[in-house]
Parts: sequence; structure tokens; C-alpha cells
Amino acid sequence: MADRVAIVAVAQTKYEEARPDRRVFELAFEVAERVLEQTGLNNDDLDIRVTCSQDHLDGMGISDVPVSEVLGAQYGAEEKIASDGAMAARYAFIQILSGHYDVVLVVAQCKESKVDQNLVANLAFDPIYHRYLGLDFLSAAAMQANRYMHQHGITPEQCARVVVKSLKNAKNNPYAQRAMDISVEDILRSPVLAYPIRQLDAKPVSDGACAMILVREDRAKRLTDKPVWIKGVGSCYDAFYLGDRELADCDSLAAAAKRAYQMAGITEPLKEIDVAEISAEYSYQELLWSEGLGFCDPGEGGRLIERGVTGMDGELPLNPSGGLLSGCPTHVAGLSRIAEAVLQLRGEAGARQVPGAKTALAHGFVGPCGQLQCVMILGK
Amino acid sequence: MAKRAAIVGVGQTYHKSRRPDVTQVELINEAVKAALDDAQLTIKDIECVLFGNMEECEGSFLTDCWATLGTGAYMKEGCKIYTGGTTGTTAAIAAAQHVASGLFDTVLVAAYEKQDESVYGMEPLGLVPDPLWRRRFRSGAGAASWFARVGTTYMAETGATEEHAAMVRLKADRCACRNPHAHLRLNLTMEAVLKSPFLLYPLRLLYLCPTTSGACALVVASEERAKRMAQKPVWFKDWVIVHYEIEGFEGFFPEGRITSHEQAANILYSRNGITNVRRDIQMAEIYEPATWAELQFSEWFHFAEKGGMWRMVERGATDIEGEFPINPSGGVTCTNPIGCTAMIRVAEAALQIRGDAGEHQVTRDVKTAVATGFGGSFWTEMVLLTKSLD
Repeated sequence: MADRVAIVAVAQTKYEEARPDRRVFELAFEVAERVLEQTGLNNDDLDIRVTCSQDHLDGMGISDVPVSEVLGAQYGAEEKIASDGAMAARYAFIQILSGHYDVVLVVAQCKESKVDQNLVANLAFDPIYHRYLGLDFLSAAAMQANRYMHQHGITPEQCARVVVKSLKNAKNNPYAQRAMDISVEDILRSPVLAYPIRQLDAKPVSDGACAMILVREDRAKRLTDKPVWIKGVGSCYDAFYLGDRELADCDSLAAAAKRAYQMAGITEPLKEIDVAEISAEYSYQELLWSEGLGFCDPGEGGRLIERGVTGMDGELPLNPSGGLLSGCPTHVAGLSRIAEAVLQLRGEAGARQVPGAKTALAHGFVGPCGQLQCVMILGK
Repeated sequence: MAKRAAIVGVGQTYHKSRRPDVTQVELINEAVKAALDDAQLTIKDIECVLFGNMEECEGSFLTDCWATLGTGAYMKEGCKIYTGGTTGTTAAIAAAQHVASGLFDTVLVAAYEKQDESVYGMEPLGLVPDPLWRRRFRSGAGAASWFARVGTTYMAETGATEEHAAMVRLKADRCACRNPHAHLRLNLTMEAVLKSPFLLYPLRLLYLCPTTSGACALVVASEERAKRMAQKPVWFKDWVIVHYEIEGFEGFFPEGRITSHEQAANILYSRNGITNVRRDIQMAEIYEPATWAELQFSEWFHFAEKGGMWRMVERGATDIEGEFPINPSGGVTCTNPIGCTAMIRVAEAALQIRGDAGEHQVTRDVKTAVATGFGGSFWTEMVLLTKSLD
């Protein structure tokens, strides 16, 4: 894939436990204004806005109505991707490649604090068999964690190291909601949410928004000195019923990564990628997703973190921002990962900067145990 | 350079009020299978699966994930698109864009609504207005009050009478009775229509779209692929999305400004050299949520001059055999599975271009057709389809 679509501006709110002072579309407005300011573009310059949210999480039907209004879509265009934010960026990329649009604003916003996340997640399970079991994304993840840890001998300590690394990295991220020096023991002493997942193994409830502007190649140079190019992207659905999957593997992530790597010409991801921002709502997911992304062999996720490969000084720093464990709402998550990857490639990541990063990976997912996965490769 | 995209497979269910015999996923699968059969492909030939519905109608979250059982998206690319009433056209446009991007040669796109699993009827739509301001005023009577005012305004401004709306409703019924997939097929008489009770004057019960359970799917392919396929391709020539953003009546009556329908039509026609709409386009499948809307919307789409639509209806111009057929499928007042209603417009327009609409095939030779979606606060989507590549 030639360098044809660039990200020319990104903005995020600070992620917070609750934002009672702002309605959800005001969060979207805040970040959209900032990317317009960065590029000097105004509403009339936008060919379309791609928003990303979920009605159920907004407690509202067609919840993009107030959002597209504040994004200036009056007599303009907007489409909503009801999926992870990374999928929204993927769609904007495709829209530009299609030749129909040159300048696309992508915005994801969510106030998780408004809705009982577990109740909504329960509605993702089929209403005949699984919903009445009380499954939600937490209990599904706990089953996956058990299966994964049992199959490959992954230890709770290895999972806890992910949290230690994330919350330490988050100290360098001004947008992070939760940042601290914490020990493996602290995590293993925190209350169990759903065995083996403990409170500190899980991402906190979070409110916030993220925006970016994607443009066709010939528009990029005039809008920024530091365009970041989308080199490859892939997505993939796994099976719906958890019983139809081997939960210790992540086939759909491996397939999505393979497509993105192929498009970007990457054959050895660990060597060729300089920094990765991935969506892990629970600590075990960073290890399992690392395997799916080909950063290590299946079952080696635990040793990957033990060897420090994914630390700030390691071969492939993983989530210098602190990732979702430091706070970021679902559905904003994937877009925020891309925004962080863009900051890294622009050399604007401040204290969390990975020196000399030239190629970055960003990842997002939705659905129980990561059913739909999306991988994006970005380059300078 | 961008690639051209063609519809090479069309499928829909036999739309009904209630489908207790199938699950949501099985309903979707009926349309998906029909579209694949129509394209003479199997799911193995599909690279990407896009999906849309109005999720609060069934109270299910992330319906695309569950729907993989019916769409066949397992281990394929894809995502969910959702824009309320316009979801069906947005998803069809997304499929065209996925192919035009050059990344995919075959894309399946499916949409559905199973409203018999709703609490009841339009209740979920009560969640659309802003919870702080408008929800209390509009719950229940939102759409009905819009379209009643469209009726009174249309009559006052154009000299049309109540009988003209009845003629439009009768035309829709005549069309639906010739379309085996249509939901309401009532064999109505003028007398029966005029006896239909008023929801809000002059909007009769029969004039408002029903609550339908049904699904629709399209297979979209690249030029290289389409040319090697058995099915006659129908090309996406262009598409346009225009929002009017202020919630409530304003979109219908934007004081001193044009509606998003007019704006979208102006853009689409000027971009594609359409100077004489009824000559350059041969038929339309429009999203008319109520009978009065068909009269008003048609003028906004420039199918008739301002105030002239009812005269076209009087002379039968919009019938299946007419000079400019509108909604030969029976339209939205006969069939409305919300999340896929707009996609049915695209599907039906494609069938008309192929000449495969069966008993409701229009007599006019269709080379170019337009399909529209309507939703949101007042959102317009228009898709221009053609028989030949250029």
C-alpha cells in the first residue's frame, strides 16, 4: 500500500472517572475543535465526519444526532461506526482510498460513568441461551483468562506485571486517569472481580473522547509538517459463541494482524515495529494479544513481559501511554491507541516518547473476548 | 485511483409483522442466502461483511457480533454501521466505498430489524430525542406529529386535497400487492383508505409506515470481478449524504433555507449532469415514512416542480406503468424493518435496473435509478445507480 492516507492531527481529552460537568457530545466537540485548530481547517473543509459510539452506552437512540450537530454537519455529512474507534479510523481510511472524500474527521466519545457497563455488556449475548446466564464482558474475559492461563501456564504474577508496567508508564501520560507506582503484590491483593481477574487487573470506568483528521496524500503537506501515514490495516471477526472458540488463542487477531502486516510489508513485527499501543481491558489480554500480534510465539506472552521486551527500554515498548488499564472508555479505546501511536511517530509523546519511533502499531477490539479485532500499522 | 463498484446480488426476506418462527440471526441469514444465491456466489467468495441495524429496537448490543452466525462474517473483515433510519443506505454506501477503495473485490452487506422482539412498536424511538430537553415532549407521537404537519402544510401550500394522499396510498398498495416481499398487501379501495382512522389530522393510520420484521442483503463487487460474474451488475454511479442537524420540526420546515433533501438532490444532479430529472433518471425508490411525505419529498427531490406532485399522482404518473414510477415496491408505508428499510430502496432500484423486479417491474426502460434514505434529525442519503458503467 502506497502512502496515500495521512493522519494530520489528533486530540484527546484527559480520561477521567466521571465527567458530570460535560455531556457526551460536549466531549466530542472539545476534541474536534482542537484538531480543527491544529490544521487550520474549518467545518466547510470537512468532506465527512465519521463518529464512533454505541446507543446502548449513550442511553439514547441514534446517539450520533447531537454529536454530528456539534461537529458542524449542518448541510454536511456524517456516518457512525457502531464499533471500536480503530474501526472508525479504518473506515475513514477506506473512504479516502475510495476517492469519494479527501478530508475526514473521526471522533469517538463515551461516558462509561453514565451506564452500568456490565448490564449493557450482557445485552451483547444472545437472548435465548447466554444472556440469562448473566454473562458480561468481565465474566467472559475471566473464562478466557482461566483458559489461557491454564493452557500455557501463564501466572497471575505475569499478568500483574502488565498492570505494574502500564500504571508506571501512565505517570508520563497527561491524559491518563490512573497512574502510580504499584507492586505485583498490591495487584494480587486487590479484590477479585471474577476469578482470576482482580480489580487492578481491569480497566477502570472512564469518560473521554478522541478525534483525528485523515486526509488524502496531496492535502497532507499543507496541513502539517509531520503527517503520519497509514501503512496497513486489517480487521477480523471471530466466532460469536465462546464455546465455538479456543479461548486460549486469538485467531481473529492473528488474521487481522496478518492482513495489516501484509499491506505494510512487515514480516518480522517484533523487529520492524518500534512502538505498539494495544487495547487490553484486562491484564491477561496484553499477553494474549501480544501472541496474536506475533510479538512472540503462542504461550510465550508471560515470558515476553518477564524479559522486559515490552517495557519502555525494551525491544518493543508496549503501551507507553499506560493503555486502557490507565483509563480510557470502551469504543474510544482503539482511536485513542491510534492517537498515541501518531504522537509517538511525530515525536510529540513527551515523557512517554519512544526515541526514534518510525513504525507503530495500534489495535482495537469489540465483543466478548475480543471477537472483532482491528490492527493498524502507521509510519512516519 | 478509485475503483467502480457494482451490486451483483440482491436478497431480502418476505417481510412480515411477526416472525416467531426464526431468531434474529436466522432472519438475517434468509436475506444473506438470497443475496449470495442471486449473485451465484458462496460465502467463501466474500472478503468483507458489513452490517447495520437499529440496535435499540431489539435491545441487543453489538448486534454485528451476534449476527456473524447469520451473515457468515466468521474470520472475515467487517464492521457495523449505524445511522438510524438511514442505516440501510449508509451501509450500502459503505460497501461501495470498501470496494472502491481497492482493498476488497467482494463485500457482503446486510441489515435487518426484527420489531416483533421490540417491547412494542415505536417505543425504542422514544429514546432518540435529547433526554434533558425534548424527550418529554415527543415521546410516542414524534414521527406522527411531523408527518401530520407535512400533510397540512402540503395541502395549504399546493392546493392538494386529502384525496391526493389517498391516491398515493392506493398506489402504494397496488404496488405492494404485486411485490411478494412487501409486508402490507391490503387490496385497498378509496373508500377503505378514507375510512382509516386519523392518528393526527390529516395523517391516517394507513399513511404511517408499519412495524416490520425483515432483512435485506447486497453483494457488491469490483469492476474486474463483476465483469466475470454471472449476474448482471448494477453500478454505483454516485452517492451523497446531507444532514439537517436541528432536531424536531426544523428539518421539515427550515425557515428561509432549503431542506437536506433539496440540498442532496442539487449536489447529486449537478455532479452527474442530470438536468432533466424525470428524463435522466427513470424511476425512484424513496424513503417515505408516511404517505404525505411521498408528495412533499418527491418535490424536494425535484421529481415534480414545486406544488406539482399531486397533479402527477392524479394522472397516475408515479404508478408502475407511469412516466416516472416512484416506489413500485410499495415503499416504506407498506414495509418498514427500520434498520434495513433504506437498503431495500437500493435493492429494489437495482432489481428495476436489472429488469428482475417481476410483477412490479416498471414498464419504462430503466437505465438510471435513484434510491434514498431518511433518518436522524433530518438526514438525507441518495444513491445513484446505473445499468452501464458510464
